[in-house]
This record gives sequence, structure tokens and C-alpha cells, in this order.
Amino acid sequence: METVGKSFKRVDAWGKVTGEAKYTNDLMPKDCLQAKVVRSTIANGLVKSIDISEAEKVPGVVKILTCFDVPDLQFPTAGHPWSVEAAHQDVPDRKLLNARVRQWGDEIAAIVAVDNVAAERAARLVKVEYEEYEPIVTVEQALAPGATPLHPDIRKDNIFVHSSMKTSPDFNYDEAKKKAIEKYGEENLIEICDTYRTPRISHCHIELCTSWAYVDTNGKVTVVASTQIPHIMRRVISQALGWPVGKVRVIKPYIGGGFGNKQDVLDEPLNAWLSIQCGGRPVCLELSREECIAMTRTRHAAKGVLRALATKDGKLLAREGFIYTNKGAYASHGHAVTAGMATNFKDIFHEEYGCQSDAFSVYTTSAVAGAMRAYGVPQAAFLADALADDICYKGGFDPLKFRMDNCVPPGFVASNGITYYSYSLKECMKRGAEHIHWDEKRKEYANQTGPVRRGVGMSIFMYKVGVHPISLETSSARMILNQDGSIQVELSATEIGQGADTVFSQMASETTGITMDRVFIISTQDTDVAPFDTGAYASRQSFVTGKAVKKCALELRARILDYASYMLGRPAEELMIYQNNICEKIHTGDGAPAPDTADREKNAAEKLKEKLALGGAYIDNTRNDGSKGESEIYKDFLDGNIKEYDIHDLPNGEASILRDTGVEKDVKPGKVLLSMEELAMNAFYSLDRSEHITAEVTSHCKENTFASGCCFVDLEVDMPLGKVKINNIVNVHDSGTLLNPQLAEAQVHGGMAMGLGYGLTEELLYNDKGMPLNDNLLDFKIPTAMDVPELNVEFIQMDDPMGPYGNKALGEPPAIPVAPAIRNAILHATGVSMKEIPMTQQKLVAAFKEAGLI
Amino acid sequence: MYDISNYFEARSVEDAIRLLQEHEDAEIISGGTDVLVKLRSGKGAGETLVSIHEIPELHGVDRLLDGTLVLGPATCFTDLTNDPIIQECIPYLGEAVDTVGGPQIRNMGTIGGNVCNGATSADSAATMQTLNAIVVLQGPDGTREVPVTEFYTGPGRTVREHAEVCIAFLIRPEDYQGFTGCYMKYGKRASMEIATLGCCVRVKLSEDKKTIEEARIGYGVAAPTPIRCRNTEALLAGKSVDDPQIYDLIGEHVLEEVNPRSSWRASKEFRMQLISELAKRALKEAIARGKDGGKDA
Repeated sequence: METVGKSFKRVDAWGKVTGEAKYTNDLMPKDCLQAKVVRSTIANGLVKSIDISEAEKVPGVVKILTCFDVPDLQFPTAGHPWSVEAAHQDVPDRKLLNARVRQWGDEIAAIVAVDNVAAERAARLVKVEYEEYEPIVTVEQALAPGATPLHPDIRKDNIFVHSSMKTSPDFNYDEAKKKAIEKYGEENLIEICDTYRTPRISHCHIELCTSWAYVDTNGKVTVVASTQIPHIMRRVISQALGWPVGKVRVIKPYIGGGFGNKQDVLDEPLNAWLSIQCGGRPVCLELSREECIAMTRTRHAAKGVLRALATKDGKLLAREGFIYTNKGAYASHGHAVTAGMATNFKDIFHEEYGCQSDAFSVYTTSAVAGAMRAYGVPQAAFLADALADDICYKGGFDPLKFRMDNCVPPGFVASNGITYYSYSLKECMKRGAEHIHWDEKRKEYANQTGPVRRGVGMSIFMYKVGVHPISLETSSARMILNQDGSIQVELSATEIGQGADTVFSQMASETTGITMDRVFIISTQDTDVAPFDTGAYASRQSFVTGKAVKKCALELRARILDYASYMLGRPAEELMIYQNNICEKIHTGDGAPAPDTADREKNAAEKLKEKLALGGAYIDNTRNDGSKGESEIYKDFLDGNIKEYDIHDLPNGEASILRDTGVEKDVKPGKVLLSMEELAMNAFYSLDRSEHITAEVTSHCKENTFASGCCFVDLEVDMPLGKVKINNIVNVHDSGTLLNPQLAEAQVHGGMAMGLGYGLTEELLYNDKGMPLNDNLLDFKIPTAMDVPELNVEFIQMDDPMGPYGNKALGEPPAIPVAPAIRNAILHATGVSMKEIPMTQQKLVAAFKEAGLI
Repeated sequence: MYDISNYFEARSVEDAIRLLQEHEDAEIISGGTDVLVKLRSGKGAGETLVSIHEIPELHGVDRLLDGTLVLGPATCFTDLTNDPIIQECIPYLGEAVDTVGGPQIRNMGTIGGNVCNGATSADSAATMQTLNAIVVLQGPDGTREVPVTEFYTGPGRTVREHAEVCIAFLIRPEDYQGFTGCYMKYGKRASMEIATLGCCVRVKLSEDKKTIEEARIGYGVAAPTPIRCRNTEALLAGKSVDDPQIYDLIGEHVLEEVNPRSSWRASKEFRMQLISELAKRALKEAIARGKDGGKDA
């Protein structure tokens, strides 16, 4: 490939480095009013009355609105595509402001004023009378008999959904254990039964959650917002206001990070409504850091009650997981994250008898859990990999060999059909082990004494790309030829710092033959003009939107060549575009015409499907009251029989013909016939055939695959101080063909740093009143530059037949494996098995004391 | 925007005192790294600020003829760390304030604010305790000198009156000459951190470097206010630097002189572990520096 696969500088690098790039608040008009949300000072209860008489007297206050003023409309907030099937739609469980208080800091009123000082003064003067109930901060409290149901209109208790998945319908852990005892003898088995926990954490994107809204002269309420999902946000605002979608417009400029928090609709509908209530005047609603941390969305805290059975020679026989997640006060992404967690826990290892994985999403009166980088898989990886190393430790197995023997096998097919095509997990492990000198270090660090000890540990993961077939994957693209032969590319899969604009530009250049310096991507999305796409999440953009870019580029290229054919009087088949010129096409192969791309893809896909013989799903979603409830919604998450096949068994070349980058094989450019600029000027202004050459397509993606990878870490534990020092760490990723190696590496760096914080320091804490304790960047401990060691990154590049350019997911995965790898290295160093993250210094010291090590 | 009703830039200490007298709600601001954080949280919203930031005589470090060091309270941490007198005489104080927050905060925050805030977690606190620093306060009735060991009256509270301005910290030659020392800050991460515990140990070795003539132990966060551990100091005096038992001695005895509390930030038990372990390590380092020729003596 000419352009894809090369480390082009980010197309937004200059703007962002110099500070010229405009973010939401940079674009705010001068006369913009400022809004402030009044938040509850109890965690659970009901607002009886609100007295705003004193607050209204504050000079500069324009409007005060309360939970008693909002439209009686409940709406969902998840950044999921709309589902045309009612049963699959997200749960609408909140209004713009809520009288029923379900968390400390719940939104009960809003002040609009000329500046933030007036708004904050007024907010302090609002008097609220509550009927107060007991706070329900933990999952245990929420499930206790007699706990107040937080959403009685939606669920009779606090279990949002309970789903159950099994590798086969008749699998049962206890039955499997009986069989294993018969087959291997009880004395030859090892079992681990334990409870493991992961924390609730905040995304801590640097740009706060912010938006500003006004009603335009055409009557449209227009919201400029820092979001990952402009088109979804437009639909949700329409639902929340009861306005038609066409009267809502969302504009998304550059954003300073989202990590999933902005894959949810936050206060933007409220912001729109406040502007409407103020006669359409522009109103800004920027949340504080404290509000962003504790009152937007968080990563689900998870508790896994786990069991695993293996033989004494390291063969994994059966596993079982009952996973409870703390959803917080509102549904947000519903059961999707928890279900994904349970699926991933089940799929990452492979047992002789099978695995059962039950997932419970539980409402509590605490921060809402929603999407966060890797969507349930960081939790699943911790649970699965901590359990795996505990078995290894007990059985004396080498954790690398145990994973090589028992991890998800090549050719794995999930029951919903997602197939692991370009399987490189074991290659990744091999590379990681070489990097860290696994065998030498395992031996070297055995039998240490003294207060400071060293260890090596590892962790693995797999991650699907995008959400097909669980949810819709659709993406549109538009390309427009300019008079000088350059093009605009317009998409709605947004740039959120991950480099999407850059790799999309590379793809457009690759397939059109127009060079990178002449490809201009429109970074700002305006839902009035930007083509439809659901947004930036699920590590989907380069895969799903990449297909739309490729399809659009092929179409634009065909139109350009058609015009060239008219100008040159030669058939388009004899022409090609190379570096901004129309050239003669010279065949270097056998001269046989290539089959049509679409036909080739279809035929190959059919062959693959036949080979794979996809298995069926087993569903048992019975809620604890016996009702069937959500089984329909989540059936897509449920897996069935694992069928094995190896992509390498396919007839030679079959995998690669599934994919066509748009670069024809066995051809090369010959004589230059016409420049793109000459062609474009003619197309625009020809008195004979004037044509504005553009292309616009929708790509409905019905393919998926798995990415994977691992982390290896070599660390040192200073036991008396509970301090962990990373001496060497490497992430190895299997993400298919890299689109831009330098950007890919940077993406992994960021994810690894997040993983370090997840493993060691980050946790959102509450007191017994349900009040968040550490909702600021001093007390919520994300790693600083001083805490992050040298980060090593390696890739195993295997062309994936499903990716538009052989690529697959890399956005979220880097954050997955670091925390469990650290955990397992601490186990190796000290023999202490930590059952929960973050492994704070205090928890480590307590554990080392308990073990008699200090 | 911050919610303040008045902002005055004092031209002199006398000017600042007058402004403080005239405005009962006034608060002194210099670097603003604590005052503005508090204002932003809504505490003290609407108050008056009197800035002492532009008063020239409050900046910088001096050495008097008798060897007394004079630290201007408006000296920011970065300047303190890089000051040649500090580097020569009490480098461990420079090291201590170099652990505050991050570079931007150290460019703004001042030693005066660090002490006068009354916070037990202040990174200068443990070291200032061991230096027997003297706080010089000037008020409407004149000037008074208060030893820093008597300066704190509780968490966030000091003996400073509303209209008093801290105009200097004095460090006497007998409190630093011949000493080497080490400050160890313990935090949950490597920067942007408030101390979970701060420990300063300083020693004065005999001329042959074989005996501890005098030891001083100061802590932040080991009690509601910064403290000294004078009993343990006395036990260390006269001990051989090569006696391995001195580390157990300091590690055990400091525990009798501290009173840390449990909070969600750290449990008492964990802090006790740190108090003991950091004392051992700081003593070891202080002695090592002393043996090394005591470049900072």
C-alpha cells in the first residue's frame, strides 16, 4: 500500500500543538449565559419542595428551573444506535431534572445567570426539602432484602438485568467437577474458589464535559458539544425535549478526550432545554471537574465470585463466574457492559468441560456506570487472569505455558458468529515473553528473601471490533473534488484524539490515488450536513467507518476515471490514478480481468461461513422473579458451542481476497495523461459536460473479527512501603495491519498509562452517606508523567480479511491487560495473591503484613 | 471567575496590615495555590483578598552576619530550591519544597503560605520543625517571634492573628551548622501529591563521623499538626552510626510520639507503618550524607 501503513504526522498536529485548534468553549459567543446545576445533598430520597426565592434575588440571575418544571418525558442516554426493535432499545429512566433523587449530586434544579459567580451564588441559596431514604452505595446493599427499589416503574428490585451464558446448554460447573473427579481422580485436580473485585473509576479526560446551546433563527435548537457521538446526541436531545429530530442540531468541534464518558448523552439535553426556556439565548453548561468525576459516568465496579478447576498437569477443565456490577443510579448503557464482561470472561480461556458466566447489573445510589475504554473487558481480564494465575500458583504451573495451553484457540467462533480470523494471540505471547526474558526471570526471581522483591507477570485479552451483530454498524462518507484536484472528506465517526482524522485521510488517499497533502478531512461534525455515522466508540472507526471511506473513495475514483475517459476519449478500464495524475494502466500480471470486488467478497464470505458452521445460542435470562424480562435484548451476547477451525486451513489466498484495498493488483502506472487539476477544472467549468464530482455512500458493516494482545511486566515491590516500581513493561498487540505505526504506538502508550492507574491507584470512594469523597484530580489518583515508566510496544501484524485495509481494533485494547499483569507479577514477587484492584500501597502493606512478610 | 468582592495589592507590610484591619473578611493571598482552590470550592466565597505578592522585602533568602538565615515568606518553592544559600546550608529544605505538587505550583506557591496555612501535610513542615525555624509576625502592635514548634494550635490553625503578616522565617546557625538531613515524602504517586506522610531526619555527627551527636526528627501528617519526636532524638544522641540497632530504635520509639488519624486517605495503621519505616530510611540517608563529608554542613 502507498499511504496506509506509513507514519504520517497527525493532520491536526499543528493546530493542537499551537493551540489554534478550536474546542467547544473556544467557540462560545461573548454574550453566552452560564448555567449551573443544583445538585442533591442526599443520596437517596425525594425532593418535596424547592424554595428559590432567595436565589432569585442574586443580581445576574436570569432563570431558575427545577425538577417540577421539566417536561414529563423519560429518555435513555446511552451512545448506542437506535434499535428499530422496541425490546432492544435503551431504557429511558431519567428526566431532564429529577425529583426522585438516586445519587448524591443528582440533578434537581438549574440556574442560568450572566456569569458563573452569580449562578454559583444563587445555587448556594436554593433551599430544598427532602424525604430521605437510606443510601444504597454497594451492590450488596442494593440486593439486600427490603432495599428501596430505585426505579420501581422499570424494575421491581434493583437488579437491572441478570443474564446467564454457558459454553453449551447443558454445562454445569458442579456436574463438570463430578465428571472430572471420575476421569482424573480428585487427587489430580486443583480448584480455586474466590471473590475478586475491580473498582469504579473515572475517565478523567482533560477537557471537561461541556456544551453551549442556542435556538437558531430557523427555529432549530443548536448544541455545540464535546461529544463522541454527535448524531446519537441529536436523537437523544429530540427524545428528551419531545422535539422532532430535524429541529435539533448538534455540532462537535475538536474534543479533549472522552474515553467513553462522552459516548453517553450527559447534560446536553438539559442545556438545550435551558436555552429554549431563556428565549433561545445562548447558554453554556460546563461541568466542574468534581461533577465530571462523580456525576457523569464511570467504569463499572465489578465483583466476580469465581471458580476454576484444572488438572495437576495444567489443563483447564471448567470455570464459573457470577459477576455483579455496580450500575449506579441510572441505566446509561444498560446491561451491555456487564454482559460484555461476562462474555469476555467466558471466551478468553478454553476449558475441557466449559464455562458458565452469569452477569448481574445492579442499580445503586452512586455514580452512574456507563461506557469506559474497553467496555467491560478490563474487568473481565482482571477476573480471568487473576483466577488463572491463582490456579498456576497453586498448581506450580508456568503462567505463560498455562495460557498457551488453555487460552482461546485459533479460529474461535463466538455463538453470535464473531470469528477470530487473523489469530495472533499466541504469537503476541511469544513476542512478549521474549521481550521480558520470561524464562530467565521466572527462574531468577524464585526463592527471594528480603523486603524488596522482584517478579514478572502477564495477562492476555481479546476484543471484538465494533458492535456487529449485537447492534447496528452503519457508516456514511462523503467526498468532494475541488477545482485544484484536492478533496474534502466528510465523516461522522469523530476525531477524539485517537487520530481518526489522520488514518481516514490516509485511507482516502490510498484508494483514490490523491496524495495526502491534497486530502482535507472535515474534523467538525455538524449533524445538519455531516453524513450519518453513530460515532467514536467500540474501537470501531478504522474498521467500520474505514469501510465507508474505502467504498466512497472507490466511487469517487470511478467518477474521476469516467470523466477522464470522456476527456481523453479512452475507456476508463485503461486508466488509473496515481499521485494526482491520470495515468495509463499497465498490466504486469497474466492479463486476466479481476472479478468484481463485491462478487469476490461475497463468494469468499460464503465459503468461510460454510467452513465455520456457526453454532446456536443458549439463552437463560430468567430474572429472579421468574419473569423472562430481558432475555430477548441480550440474546445476542450469548455464546454457544465453540467450533474450531484455523484460518490457515483455508485454500491459499482465500483470506486475502476477502479484502480489496482498492489498489489493483498486478498493475502499475504508465504514461501520465492528465493531471487531476486539469480534470477538475474541466469538470467544474466545461461548457460541454459540467459535473461536480462527488461521492456519498453508506456502508452497512456486517462483519466482525477479534483483536487480541498481552502485557508482560517485570517489577519490584518495596514491601515495607507498599510501593511497586515497574522495571520493564511491554504490551504486544494483535491489531491486524497497522494504518499508521507511530499513531498506533502512541495509542498504546496512553492505554498502558491508564492500565497502570487502574491497577495501582484509581478508585472512586464514597462515605456511608453515599457522598463521593475523592472527586478531584488530587485525590483521584491518575498516574502523572513521573509515575509512568518507559512503555514498550510491539505488534504482530497479520492482515485481517475483514478489515478494510487488513486492520482491526486498537483504540481501547491497550488499557486492558496492564492491571492484571501487574497483579500477577506481584504474586510472583511476593507470593501474595491480591484479590482486588487498585492494589494501593495501603492494601499491599496490609496484605504483606497478613502474609508475615513485613 | 472566582467569587471575590475586593482585591488589594499591598505596597508594604504596613499597607497589608492596614488593609487586613479595615476588612474583617479579608484573607492574605500570595501564590494563591491554596486560597484560590478554597475559593473555587465555595468556601470563603465573596471574601476580600489582600495580596502580599508584590512586597519586595518578603522575597528571597538572606544570611545575616551571625549566620542566621532569613527566608522571605513570599519566596516561591522553585526559588527556594534553587537559592544558593539554601543549597549551601539547608539543601534538604530545598528538596522538601521541591516535592510540592508540580512545577507550575512550585513556581507560584510560597514557603510563607505553606507554613501559615497550618496544614500538617505541608511539605516544608517536617523540615522547618527540625530547624527550629522562628516565625516572625508583624501586626498592628509591632513584631513578635514565634518558634515554629509553637506556631500551630490545631489542624489549619496557627497563632497568627487576623491582621498579622508573616514577614520572615529565621533559622539560627546552631540549628543547621554541622547537620546533614533528609526529607522523605510519601505519597500515592510521584508528583501532584499531598503527603500521606512526611518525615525529616537530621543528624549532627561527631568530627570523626562515628557518633551521632544530635538527631532531630520531624513529621508531617503524623499528628494533627507538624511535630518533633524529641524523646527518640534524645535516645539517638551518642549512638554509634554503625550500630545497626539505631534503626530499630528510631523505628520503634517514634511510634510512641506520634498520633496519626485514620481517614479515607490512609488508615492509622498504615501511617504508623510509614512513620516507622520512613524514619529508618531517612536516618540512614542522613547519616550517609554526614559520612559523605556533609556537603550541606
